[in-house]
Amino acid sequence: MTPDRWVVLVLGLFLVAFIVWFFWLKQTKGVRAAETSSGYQEVMVLVKGGYTPDTIIVRHGKPVRINFRREETAGCSDKVIFADFQKSAELPTGELVPVELMPKEPGEYAFACPMGMFRGRLIVE
Amino acid sequence: MLARTEPLTTGHEKIVLQIGGMTCPHCPPAIENALKSIPGVCNARVNLANASASVDFDPTRAKVADLLHAVRAIGYSAGTAKVRIPIKYMHCSSCVVRIELALQLTPGVLSARASLATNAVDVEYQPEQTTFAELQHAIESAGHRVAEPKPAKTPEEQELSPEEVAQREEYRALMRKFWFAAAVSIPVMGLSYPDLIPGLREWMPAGSETRRIVWALLGVLSVPVLLWSGSQFFTGMWDALKHRAANMHTLIAIGISAAFLYSIVAVAWPSLFPKMSLAEVFWDVTDVVVALVTLGLALELKAKGRTSEAIKKLIGLQPKTARVVRDGREIDLPVEEVIVGDVVVVRPGDKVPVDGDVQEGSSSIDESMLTGESMPVDKQIGDEVMGGTINKTGSFKFKATKVGKDTALANIIRMVKDAQGSKAPIQRVVDAVSGYFVPAVMILAVLSFVAWYLFGPEPRIIYATIVLVTTLIIACPCALGLATPTSLTVGIGKGAENGILIRSGDALQTSQKLDSIILDKTGTITRGEPALTDVVVASGRKEEEILRLAASLERGSEHPLGEAIVKGTEARNVKLADAEGFTAIPGQGVSGRIDGHDILLGNAKLMRERNIVLGALVNHWEQLAGEGKTPMYVAIDGQPGGLVAVADTVKPDSKAAIETLTRLGIEVVMLTGDNERTAKAIARQVGIERVLAEVLPDGKAHEVQKLQLEGKTVGMVGDGINDAPALAQADVGFAIGTGTDVAIEASDVTLIKGSLQGVVTAIEISRATMRNVRQNLIGAFGYNALGIPVAMGVLYPFLGLLLSPIIAAAAMAFSSVTVVTNANRLRFFEPKRVVS
Repeated sequence: MTPDRWVVLVLGLFLVAFIVWFFWLKQTKGVRAAETSSGYQEVMVLVKGGYTPDTIIVRHGKPVRINFRREETAGCSDKVIFADFQKSAELPTGELVPVELMPKEPGEYAFACPMGMFRGRLIVE
Repeated sequence: MLARTEPLTTGHEKIVLQIGGMTCPHCPPAIENALKSIPGVCNARVNLANASASVDFDPTRAKVADLLHAVRAIGYSAGTAKVRIPIKYMHCSSCVVRIELALQLTPGVLSARASLATNAVDVEYQPEQTTFAELQHAIESAGHRVAEPKPAKTPEEQELSPEEVAQREEYRALMRKFWFAAAVSIPVMGLSYPDLIPGLREWMPAGSETRRIVWALLGVLSVPVLLWSGSQFFTGMWDALKHRAANMHTLIAIGISAAFLYSIVAVAWPSLFPKMSLAEVFWDVTDVVVALVTLGLALELKAKGRTSEAIKKLIGLQPKTARVVRDGREIDLPVEEVIVGDVVVVRPGDKVPVDGDVQEGSSSIDESMLTGESMPVDKQIGDEVMGGTINKTGSFKFKATKVGKDTALANIIRMVKDAQGSKAPIQRVVDAVSGYFVPAVMILAVLSFVAWYLFGPEPRIIYATIVLVTTLIIACPCALGLATPTSLTVGIGKGAENGILIRSGDALQTSQKLDSIILDKTGTITRGEPALTDVVVASGRKEEEILRLAASLERGSEHPLGEAIVKGTEARNVKLADAEGFTAIPGQGVSGRIDGHDILLGNAKLMRERNIVLGALVNHWEQLAGEGKTPMYVAIDGQPGGLVAVADTVKPDSKAAIETLTRLGIEVVMLTGDNERTAKAIARQVGIERVLAEVLPDGKAHEVQKLQLEGKTVGMVGDGINDAPALAQADVGFAIGTGTDVAIEASDVTLIKGSLQGVVTAIEISRATMRNVRQNLIGAFGYNALGIPVAMGVLYPFLGLLLSPIIAAAAMAFSSVTVVTNANRLRFFEPKRVVS
């Protein structure tokens, strides 16, 4: 093995390790939805390349309102689906779209775009 | 959204609120508790079946608004309608206060908010308690006038929806980027391979200064391709990276950047390479990949727009204007300003603007856009009409019962949208993969670069780079992601076009594998109302005479069997006479005098008690009863006259639909509360072998469960209200539609047209859609599973085959367009029409 081969091998393995760490071993802290006077737990979610925040913490038994605002035109993110709640909403660019849910049981529920490229979690306590 | 109040004797009031959002048996207790906790509420009862709450309350202590507020606070919607009324000459804030106060004092108004900015007042009111005229009167009492409504927009003035405009703009932008990249690609392709082209070879030989300068110029030309035509890849990658996520854009952006950087090094510092032949440029890769993938994105966008054609058609059905009678004048209003209770005028050729009941006139109406039924439907006084349908022949007036988001059409649109946004269980396979797909491809690309660099043939650095770029570019996460949702969108839309509302991807997927279908008899296989079927005459009597006497006698009766005789006789153009001394004999029949004759109509017991010798008629009676009909004797002046028989008749297309279901390999079972004999008779007529008769209403769900325990996937067809538990128990519940009431929660599939043919079509659509989904998934998985290893150079050691990044780009762009195009093929699905 020539030295250049060693360099490429080490760099390559380092890159693989970096990809695994960067994309798969991420830990996100959730954002807790604020309770409003009308009895809703409300939170804003920005849709741009992903959901910000992508982890939302709410309490069970109280209605949740998630206000999505999409700030991109990429085709994939034009809808958000809460499969466990059988709910979905279209997200026209630049519009505030509220999605209302009633989480009855504690647990973790995923939401995503139809193609599953954008993912978020709703953690119900 | 209706409410009704009636004063009770004790100074209490009783109100019925319509509640929305109740889905499960846990909801009613929650709402009842919320209502009862309000001071002043004595009692609250919630009915899940008709989605209403009946509340007794003391109006001096609790207000209707409090009740509504309590219901809404726990997450349900409750009851009111909103209307915006334009006001003439409203200038000052004191006007605002006066108008608001006057409206708030009107019974049934919950809130009124006037605004100087819009010159209008927004009123929230209970439609059953107040009318537009009362609201108008209140405004006039405050010294103001309701402004003339602004003229409604004509269809030509309607512009495209903002999303459509945005989509069209994005398509154009992508195409501009494509054309630019394509135009640059042609000279760049030619000049990148001078050694292959005679003439160029001599003019710019390898290693010459000319070649370096030409290549540098090509690089300059390619910069705008990379940074403008390919900008969406970089912005897409960046937005995703901020979330520590990767997508298709990430792969393309890294691929084209790698090719571009290699070329810069080759031109700027050729001395870095051990051999001159290694200092090659890949500008062509960058340019052609950008051009092809951008074209792919544009075509995909266009094809994806077509998948939601069905819902766009439904949205387009929504009428814009209505001709309403107010103050005795007919005025044209924007459809949003029509309120419940308005009388709407519809002329031939007009669209029916909202839902309602016909009050005056008659016509035939084309409902095909909602029900899929091509024959126009006759409408008489009292019949329901649906917004969005087209009036063909006559003029009529109807009273609006549902407006705005409560109309059948609005509900259909909402349900189709929800269903198109739901997921089929098959999608879980893709979801499991898609989170790992892109980083995995990146890892594979890096590993193959390393492998080629360590073990590959010379020039290793060039091969390794090509393999890296090709692997990144050929992988197509889009094809995987698009496979299920696009087919689902088209399939569910297709259902809606045929009057079938499939509520979720789950229902769509389960419908294709049904083994058994249970059909409720009454109202599903049969019409659900008795009709006159047979007349038998004793010797010396005429059929017309017997019918005339029986019907004339029954005209005074309100019994459904009697009504059937009267209706059937009138349909045969027999003139009826007046009966005197009509008497109903409970459990036996009726008697009376017609034209001076004593007439008896009833069962054998009645005849026996009046000592009438029936003779040969008894055999006919037995035979008719054996066919599941209800025969009745007619006696004239103590002599047997004949028999009339009524029965619930089979819908005209039930037999054909059941035959088709059997041919599709599905076992058909009939379920009924009727006695065995009647049930068997109907079953024979339509060709059903398995009959479950004398099942109590509560036992229906249990019968469904028993069939499921045989290991079968069971579909249940019935009406959405009485059969709700059985529909919910079944793997797929099909609710037979009842006019405008399409939002039946218990069902997985709603058939707007009450025909069994819809069940066949629903299953056909489900099978066609799921076949399409499987094709897409196999195609998309197969493409990636084959393409990625080939791009990595797996075949090189055996066949010497290595893909060019340009071919990879073409394949990648083509694969996602293919998936969407295949889904669009479903648009040409036509349900097989069975002719009975």
